[in-house]
Amino acid sequence: MAASRRARLPQWIALGVLVLFLAGAPSVFDSFTLSQILTKALWLGIAAASLIFLSSYGGMISLGQTGIYAVAGFTMANLVHAAGGRNLGWDPLAATAAGIAVATLFGLLCGAIAARSYGIYFLMITLAISVIVFYFFAQVTTLSGYGGIRSVTPPSVIGNPVVNPLPLYYTALVASVLVYAGIRYLARTPFGLALQGIRDDPARMQALGFNVTLHRTFAFGVGAFIASIAGILSVWYTTQISPGGINVAQTINVLVIAVIGGLYRLEGAWIGAVVFSTIDNYSRLWMPNVGDWLGPDRFETVIGLIFLVIVLASPGGLVGIWESVWARRNRARRGPTESSGMPAAVADDDVVDHPEAV
Amino acid sequence: MAPRILLGLLGLVVVAWIAYKAGQNTRLFWVVTLNGITLAALFFVVAAGFTLIFGLMRVVNMAHGSLYLLAGYIAFTLQANWYGVSSNLLSGKPATVTSWLVPLVVATVVIGLVGVLMQQVFLRWNQGQDLRQALITIAISVILADQMVAHFGGIAESIQAPASWPDSVTIFGVRYGFFRLVVVGGAALLIGALLFLVIKRTRFGMIIRAGVDDRSMVSALGVNIQVVFAGAFFIGALLAGLAGVLGGTMLAVQPGNDSAFLLDSLIVVIIGGMGSLGGAAIGSLALGLVSSYSNVYLTFGTTDLTNYSILLTFILVVAMLAVRPLGLFGRPA
Repeated sequence: MAASRRARLPQWIALGVLVLFLAGAPSVFDSFTLSQILTKALWLGIAAASLIFLSSYGGMISLGQTGIYAVAGFTMANLVHAAGGRNLGWDPLAATAAGIAVATLFGLLCGAIAARSYGIYFLMITLAISVIVFYFFAQVTTLSGYGGIRSVTPPSVIGNPVVNPLPLYYTALVASVLVYAGIRYLARTPFGLALQGIRDDPARMQALGFNVTLHRTFAFGVGAFIASIAGILSVWYTTQISPGGINVAQTINVLVIAVIGGLYRLEGAWIGAVVFSTIDNYSRLWMPNVGDWLGPDRFETVIGLIFLVIVLASPGGLVGIWESVWARRNRARRGPTESSGMPAAVADDDVVDHPEAV
Repeated sequence: MAPRILLGLLGLVVVAWIAYKAGQNTRLFWVVTLNGITLAALFFVVAAGFTLIFGLMRVVNMAHGSLYLLAGYIAFTLQANWYGVSSNLLSGKPATVTSWLVPLVVATVVIGLVGVLMQQVFLRWNQGQDLRQALITIAISVILADQMVAHFGGIAESIQAPASWPDSVTIFGVRYGFFRLVVVGGAALLIGALLFLVIKRTRFGMIIRAGVDDRSMVSALGVNIQVVFAGAFFIGALLAGLAGVLGGTMLAVQPGNDSAFLLDSLIVVIIGGMGSLGGAAIGSLALGLVSSYSNVYLTFGTTDLTNYSILLTFILVVAMLAVRPLGLFGRPA
C-alpha cells in the first residue's frame, strides 16, 4: 500500500501542475479559446465524468446522462427569469439547487429501473431513457418554450459569459476539480469498494450479503448528480437550453467524449472533452471539401470516424494508448521476466482497466 | 407481488377509460385503433430484424435505424431518377406498381448487403465483445446520419405509392388508408409468418435456433457458423431496409427517423424480450397501441394532456421492467 501510494505521488503532482496551469490559463489564452474550448471542455468533461464514473467503478455504460442533465437544465431554466419557459423568477442559486435535486431524484428513479440490467441491456434501457426525455421536452412546449428557453438568468457571480467568460471558466474549473476529487474519494469509501466488487462479480457480492441492486441504483443516482452539474453549467454557458441540444446526437457526443478519453479512467473525461471541443472548433475552419463527403460542415462525420478508430484500435481510449506505451517502456527497462504475466496497468491499486469488458 | 397487482389495477383503469371514450365515439375509436395497429405493423418489421440479429449474435445493432432511413432515401432517389416519379404534380409522374416495387426491391437488397458488409468488416473479429460491437455500430450510425444529411438534405420527402392502388378501404364502418392497412399490415403479417416458418421448419432456422442456445456447440457440429451469421445479418438488415421503404411511403423519409426508429426497436425488444420474434410482435402491438391511444385519449374533460403522451411510453417500459427485467420472453444471455 505504501509503495503504491509513493508510486501515485507523481500522478498527484502532475495533476496539481495541470490545475495550476488551468488556473493561470486566462492570462495565456485569448477569451475565444478560453470560452469555446476550455470552458466547454470543462463542462462536457463533467458530463463525460458521470458516465466514466458509472462505467469504470460500476461497470455500467450509461447513455442516460444527457437525459438527466437535460432534466436539471430545463428545471433550472424554467424556475428563473428567462424567455420562453415558465419564467417563475426564482433566485438563480435556489433554482440551481432545485434543478440538481430534481435531476438526481429522476436519476434514482431511472437507476431503480435500469439497475437490474447489465451490459448491453443497461445500455439500451438508458438510451431509451435519454431519447424519451428528448421527446418529452420536444412535445411539452409549456416546459421547453417553442424551440427552447433563451436568456436564462445566471447567478450574479457568473454574469454574462459572452461579456466576461472568466467567472464561468473558474466556476467550471472548480466544479471539475471537486467532481474529480469527489469521485476519487467515493471510490475509496466502503460504498465505492462495494461498487467495484459488484462491477467485477455481482453474484459473489450478492452471496456476501450486499444488496447489489441498491448499490447500483445509488451509484446511478451519484452519476445523475454529477451529470446534473454539467447540465446546469451548460445552460449558463450557452445562456439557453433547447430540445435540439439534448437530442440523440448530444447523447452520443457524451459517449464519444468518454470513449475518446478512455472509458475506464476518470482523467479521460476531460482529455476526451478537450479533444472533442478542439475538433469541434477547428474542423469547421480547416477541413477541406472532399465532394459531399467531407467539409467544414461535416463535423459529425469527423467525430464519428475518430470514434470508430478509437473503438476499433484502443478500447481504453487515449488514456489507454498512453498507458500501454508507458507500460511497454517500463517493461523494456525492467527486463521481460519481472512483469511479463502482468496486464498493462494493474500496477496501481485503483487503476481500473478491464478492456475485455468492452 | 405488489407491483404486479398495482400494474394490473392500472391496466384495468386504462382499459376502462378507453372503453368509456370508445363508447362516446365509435368511429374515432376504430380509426385510432387502426392507426395503432398499422404503426405496430411497421414497428414489427423493423424490430424483427433487430431482434433476429441480437438473438443469434448478441449484437445490438445501433445502426439499425440508420439502415432503415438509408433504405428510404435510396428508394426515393431511385424512384425519382429512374422513373421520374415525384410528388410534384407539374413535373413529376405518378408512380406505377413497377416504379414502386423496383426501388423497394433494390433498396432492400442493397441495405441487406450493407448490413453484411458492416458485419464482415467491423463486427466479425469482435465476436463476443458485445459492448464494443454496440459502440462500433453507434459510430457507424453517427457517420451515416451525417452523410445522409450531406447527400439527401434535411427536407422531409416521401416515396410515392402506386397511383393505381385505391386510396382507402372501408372497415368497421370507417374509411381507412389502403396503403397503411392492406400493404403495410399485410407485409407485417406475411413477414411474421415467413420468419416463423423459416425459423421453425427449415434447416437454416434450426441452425439459427441452435445457435441462439449454444454457438460453439453448433460450430463444433460442423456448421459453418460464420456463414450463418452473415446470413442472419443479411436478413436482419434486409428487414430494416424493407421497413424503411414501407415507412417512407406510409409516413416520410426525413433526418431524425433513424433515431426515432432505433428507439422504437429498442422499446419493442425491451418490452418483448431480446431475441424473441413473438416478443417483438407483442412489443410492437403494445407500443403502437399505447402511442396511438395516448395521442388521442389523454384528455380529461377540458384538460388536454396529449402533449405528455410520450410519458405513457415511458411508463410502459418502466412497468414491464419492474415486473420482468428481461422483457416478456427474454432469457438471460
